[in-house]
Amino acid sequence: MQVQVNGEAMERPDGETLAALLAALGASSGRVAVMLNDDVIPAAERAARRLAAGDRVEILTFAGGG
Amino acid sequence: MNSDVLQLGNLAFNSRLLLGTGKYSDTATMLRSIEASGAQIVTVALRRFNRERPSDDLFGPLSQLKGVTLMPNTSGARDAAEAVRAARLAREISGSPLIKVEIHPNPQHLLPDPIETLEAARVLAAEGFLVMPYMPADPVLAKRLEDVGVASVMPLGAPIGSGQGLGTSEMLRIIIENSRVPVIVDAGLRAPSEAAAAMEMGCAAVLINSAVAAAEQPAAMAAAFAQAVQAGRAAYLAGLMPRRATASATSPLTSFLKPET
Repeated sequence: MQVQVNGEAMERPDGETLAALLAALGASSGRVAVMLNDDVIPAAERAARRLAAGDRVEILTFAGGG
Repeated sequence: MNSDVLQLGNLAFNSRLLLGTGKYSDTATMLRSIEASGAQIVTVALRRFNRERPSDDLFGPLSQLKGVTLMPNTSGARDAAEAVRAARLAREISGSPLIKVEIHPNPQHLLPDPIETLEAARVLAAEGFLVMPYMPADPVLAKRLEDVGVASVMPLGAPIGSGQGLGTSEMLRIIIENSRVPVIVDAGLRAPSEAAAAMEMGCAAVLINSAVAAAEQPAAMAAAFAQAVQAGRAAYLAGLMPRRATASATSPLTSFLKPET
């Protein structure tokens, strides 16, 4: 299935969980915030949350800012 | 902890210097500057995770610092809805209720949108955030923000990163006089003397980023700002003498040096 991750189209296994996607991308779950189609998904819910084709995922971290 | 604390909601801080983490040449310089500043509140921004450069992630190094609370900002948000979403996301990582609401639709001047800022503050305060709004130095807006439950107001001294100093000082005086929440000058300062002036005026704290990060020696400048903020606060608490239009002698004006006539 195809999903959008940080604005980029990606081919991912059908029914993949958010936690699995994060692990595959090398994102440490405790250090990133995740938004799925405009909803914030807390770390505790990512292992159970399955992606569907067309989903938009945003993965965010902290960077320098004032 | 001493008795003169900066109280933000249920959180109390000894340091009245808040430091930003933007614009540093490298992470080590940023960390040294935070330590030299003695800041207990440090701002960060949200950015998309970069698979190619995971070292860009500041949460790891910042979480090693003892006694530092992270205050994410909502920079990049152009309206209240985006700022609210950014705040909720940021809290997932920071684990802190502190949020700097920053909504500036125009990248040219980065001036805060008062209407969207008020709306975002209202929503986030109701969700239990300690809302720290970056705002124009507008005394009426400051009261409106107070009414919706912000933890502080953060009027600008001058546009972000401009180094123009305390251009809004007369408005800041009115805000301070009327505010029931801490007033923190955020943005525009360049020199430690300006931070001291803000504190002497009665500001509760100052937030500095560019003035430290863009200094020739950031950590040394951070230490200079720390001293200036402490001196300014001490002067405020000591109470400045009233200004007078005329001279008032400090030495006795005796006439013994005059030749006898």
